[in-house]
Amino acid sequence: MGWGLIRLYAIAVYAFMFLPVAVVVLLSFNANQFGSFPMTGLSLRWFEALWNNDAVMRAFRTSLVLGLMTAVISTTLGVLASLALVRYDVPGKNLITTALIAPILVPEVVLAVALLLFLNWLGIGKSFALLLAGHVIFTLPFVILVVQARLVSIRRDVEEAALSLGASPVQTFFSVTLPLLMPAVAAGALFAFTISFDDITGTLFWKPGGVETVPTQIFSMLRNSISPEINALGTVMILLTVGLPLLGAAIARSLSTKRGR
Amino acid sequence: MSIERREARQPWILLSPALGAVALLLFVPLLFIVVYSFWLRSATGADTTGFHLDNWIKALSDPFYRYILLNTLKIAAITTVLCALLGYPAAYFIARSKGNKMILLLLLMLPFWISYIIRTMSWINILGASGAVNTGLMALGVISEPLQMLYNEAAVILGLVHFLLPFMVLNVYVSLEGIDTNLEDAATSLGATRWQSFLQVTLPLSLPGLAAGGLLCFVLGAGTYITPLVLGGPRDAMFANLVFEAIITQLNWPLGSALSLLLLMVLGVLVAIYNRYLGMAQLAKGLG
Repeated sequence: MGWGLIRLYAIAVYAFMFLPVAVVVLLSFNANQFGSFPMTGLSLRWFEALWNNDAVMRAFRTSLVLGLMTAVISTTLGVLASLALVRYDVPGKNLITTALIAPILVPEVVLAVALLLFLNWLGIGKSFALLLAGHVIFTLPFVILVVQARLVSIRRDVEEAALSLGASPVQTFFSVTLPLLMPAVAAGALFAFTISFDDITGTLFWKPGGVETVPTQIFSMLRNSISPEINALGTVMILLTVGLPLLGAAIARSLSTKRGR
Repeated sequence: MSIERREARQPWILLSPALGAVALLLFVPLLFIVVYSFWLRSATGADTTGFHLDNWIKALSDPFYRYILLNTLKIAAITTVLCALLGYPAAYFIARSKGNKMILLLLLMLPFWISYIIRTMSWINILGASGAVNTGLMALGVISEPLQMLYNEAAVILGLVHFLLPFMVLNVYVSLEGIDTNLEDAATSLGATRWQSFLQVTLPLSLPGLAAGGLLCFVLGAGTYITPLVLGGPRDAMFANLVFEAIITQLNWPLGSALSLLLLMVLGVLVAIYNRYLGMAQLAKGLG
């Protein structure tokens, strides 16, 4: 098989991945009343409709708050655990790592059911607290994987130098380790936020009646028919979930090149 | 002595919040639904505790459930094979490209960041009655009535392939990157054609990545219920849809527990087989 053929094949795969998404973005600017083909012109009316749609705006706020809280909690737990796993000789390290990664090895539906039934039995029914607990537990493995990979590359001697110069372990952590770890912390937090913001599988099990996140809002709007408003909402989501990590990566990159000089 | 003891305690202090969360929010709940699956649903509200096998008998012997389980495994298998066929050459192209690999990889990973529900519903714009394909074909005069391409099993598989392909590409790419290209050159210089050296050197060495990608595609594909709800018809339910129905619609939590555990066990066997032969390290490589 020639290289040219492989390249052609790869381009086709890229097109397969991107075209449907591109069509969502394209149709969100559609002036046509029904939001379908053929397009009759370009317009921002569907974005305006979105802005004035209370249910959508409420869902946005819910997703935002949930995502931020998930990111903070998940990243805190993940950084602490990664520090222990990378910096200390913990007995049973492999077993512990597997246990911490377990939430992504269990199918999300099963995790969703187990958490719902157990917390309900403890007296915590479908609520924001349940949603938050669920989002934290399945974003945690991703944070740990990202932070651990980064932590391995930070040299131990910098910390030891600080310690030998009289800094306490806590001081060392905050003035030496944490600044070096910042890109990993940011990446972990961003990862957790995006996964939480996108989740629907668990969220549909955990959300209380009347509360919607952006994905569940889209899902319930789909029940009627596909409207141009959904495409507009999709475009906003794409900008958020793709633009934010790209921005984050760009910032991290400029920070690390500055420090490198 | 006391410093040493403190040193030994420190990692556990750091680990305890995360381990506590996983224990309280995953392991204990899983044990809890094992117990719950032996309870009975009662119409009055509180489920009847005790040790009843009814849910398990229903979950294991109901022909409809068995049909859906087999159908789910079939859909997941077809999806995995398609992901491998589409993803392997693409990953090979990225790994052996002389251009900017990182950009190529990032481009293919971008859809990975785009919300699952949006990528799933985007196919309605393509395949729907007034979607891109039908509008195009009608404008060309090829067809006079829109074709019914949505709400069937093929649409579900298409949606799943679109969702899972990045997992396959990333895993295959990671393993291809780890192969010393000198090995291929050595094979060709010893008289093998490029195709032969690929089949006998590169492909076998990249199998761990292919297996890791395949496992992820299969497990994630078999555990989905959103794709069938959005792109499938009423007869295209997958096993996770049964779980959703039992828990959310019928509020039959004991039966829902048994069905969830059945799904966990079926997929768990696959993960265990994978772990036995290839280990979890390969999977972590692809995820990180």
